[in-house]
Amino acid sequence: MAAIWVYAEHKDGKIKKVAFEILSEAKALAGKSGGPLCAVLIGSGVEGMAAALGSYGAQKVYCVEAADLGAYTTGGYTKALCDLVQQEKPAIVLFGASINGKDLSARVAGRLGVGLATDCTGIGLDDKGRLQVRRPMYAGKVYADVVFSDAAPQMASVRPNVLTLAAPDESRKPEVVKVAAAVKSDDTMVALKEVVKTGGEKVDLTEANIIVSGGRGMKGPEGFQILEELAGVLGGVVGASRAAVDAGWRPQSDQVGQSGKVVTPNLYVACGISGSIQHLAGMGTSKMIVAVNKDPEAPIFKKADYGVVDDLFKIVPAFTQEVKKLQ
Amino acid sequence: MEIICCLKQVPDTEAEIRPSADNTAINYEGIKFVINVYDEYAVEEALKIKEKIGAGTVTIVTLGPERAAESIRTGLAMGADKAAHLDDPAFLGSDSYATAKALAAAIKGMPHDLILCGMRAIDDDAFQVGHALAEFLGLPSVMGIVKLELSADKKKATVHRQVEGGVEVLEVPLPAVLGATKGLNEPRYPSLPGIMKAKKKELKPVKVADVGLSTGDVGKQGFKTQVAKFSLPPLRKAGKIVEGGTPEEKAGQLAKLLREEAKVI
Repeated sequence: MAAIWVYAEHKDGKIKKVAFEILSEAKALAGKSGGPLCAVLIGSGVEGMAAALGSYGAQKVYCVEAADLGAYTTGGYTKALCDLVQQEKPAIVLFGASINGKDLSARVAGRLGVGLATDCTGIGLDDKGRLQVRRPMYAGKVYADVVFSDAAPQMASVRPNVLTLAAPDESRKPEVVKVAAAVKSDDTMVALKEVVKTGGEKVDLTEANIIVSGGRGMKGPEGFQILEELAGVLGGVVGASRAAVDAGWRPQSDQVGQSGKVVTPNLYVACGISGSIQHLAGMGTSKMIVAVNKDPEAPIFKKADYGVVDDLFKIVPAFTQEVKKLQ
Repeated sequence: MEIICCLKQVPDTEAEIRPSADNTAINYEGIKFVINVYDEYAVEEALKIKEKIGAGTVTIVTLGPERAAESIRTGLAMGADKAAHLDDPAFLGSDSYATAKALAAAIKGMPHDLILCGMRAIDDDAFQVGHALAEFLGLPSVMGIVKLELSADKKKATVHRQVEGGVEVLEVPLPAVLGATKGLNEPRYPSLPGIMKAKKKELKPVKVADVGLSTGDVGKQGFKTQVAKFSLPPLRKAGKIVEGGTPEEKAGQLAKLLREEAKVI
């Protein structure tokens, strides 16, 4: 049987957690299809990360390397991955639905002429062994069960924080296959001049475990300071509603909702957010939702697991202190 | 400069979305349609570039049913010069792949120095058409741009692409497909004279045969992925309202619940 592949995205020498989540789930799919489970690392000097992928179930790890793959470019990584797919012919290729995972998978699907389902929350196989997935559309207002044509490989990107992470087994050693990619600087199609850090080492909202979000009720950019403090104590990141972003209080990369980011953290704390339909769509799949709002009629309370009806400028700092006490 | 803008009509973000009775489609009854917000940034950027250069043409290209013409007119009222509407029953039901195939086939026959689109559409959330379109046209593509500057000779663009924790500064040879995201600009509202002028602008209907494709290449027949079934997400029930006297007591109670009951902190 043909293999199931997981593209293992890495940043600063570390594999993204979503790759381990997908491997954990794809093990069962590989068991069902009878094909091997493999991981693909692309970059320059990536071999050191192969063992970790093995511990989560990858039997084989392809380390695809070239000098021009040191930094991610859509063109360079597309060429590297497509060449390997065309040579090895896997049945299924899965990606993490991060910014670059969605970026890469889209161009790869175009080049290979195959189907791709984006940002899936469930993956399985049909009775012919083809991939079938469930994915939210309209930012989660509806779910779609998606089937594929016979074109192989079938591809999907999987939303971070959704699939269950298995315990790693350090004793499992993967077979490591080194691949010298025929990628030249022309293949990148663009020239990366520089990377400007604006958010420090902030984790992207789509991959965050805990999000503390603020809306119109924060009253201004300085109001978010108490949310930054709470997020710091919880080990989370700060998000914002469209109202707060449109008012210029927060950068647009912080926006949660249908016209911003769709997020699935373990804990979403909504402060001063009334809960418009497009905001609720974007965070409705969070595992636990806490709302703090002084308006008891705010729609957000209909979605919240825990609600506090009070002045957030009193509740949030007090809650930060309480969390500190517990730590 | 010849600029193409890909524009999609989508349900308004405030719309409630429900599956049809047989769960195989979306029930669009009573829904208000608008231009995909990311495509509005693309149109605005095209107009800004044209205004800065003082010459050129901005052409809107849309694949969609008849009702999409209304959104195309809005784009023309913003200031785009003309439009092509891929409006043929054969196109309906196209997935991202087939959509990109059809758009590429149409754009191939038009002069294009720059192709702008939204980085994603807020209905199917697929993030695919921009890159696939570029692939079929053999062009570079950058999705998620928040800044765009053309070189003096207009042969290159320097773009800022939003990534985790920052932006990448990329130099892209033109023509290229660039996908806009929020932050690139503030889209203008159509002016009254703009709306009047838009009525007389060219809006060319395009059929499958016009772009050299057959009905098997696009629409439901040309699918790589297909929705077998739609469903509504599981309902979330309202939870507990944390009681207590002072804010401190409520905060203490909340921390206790999250630690002991929910086990999330």
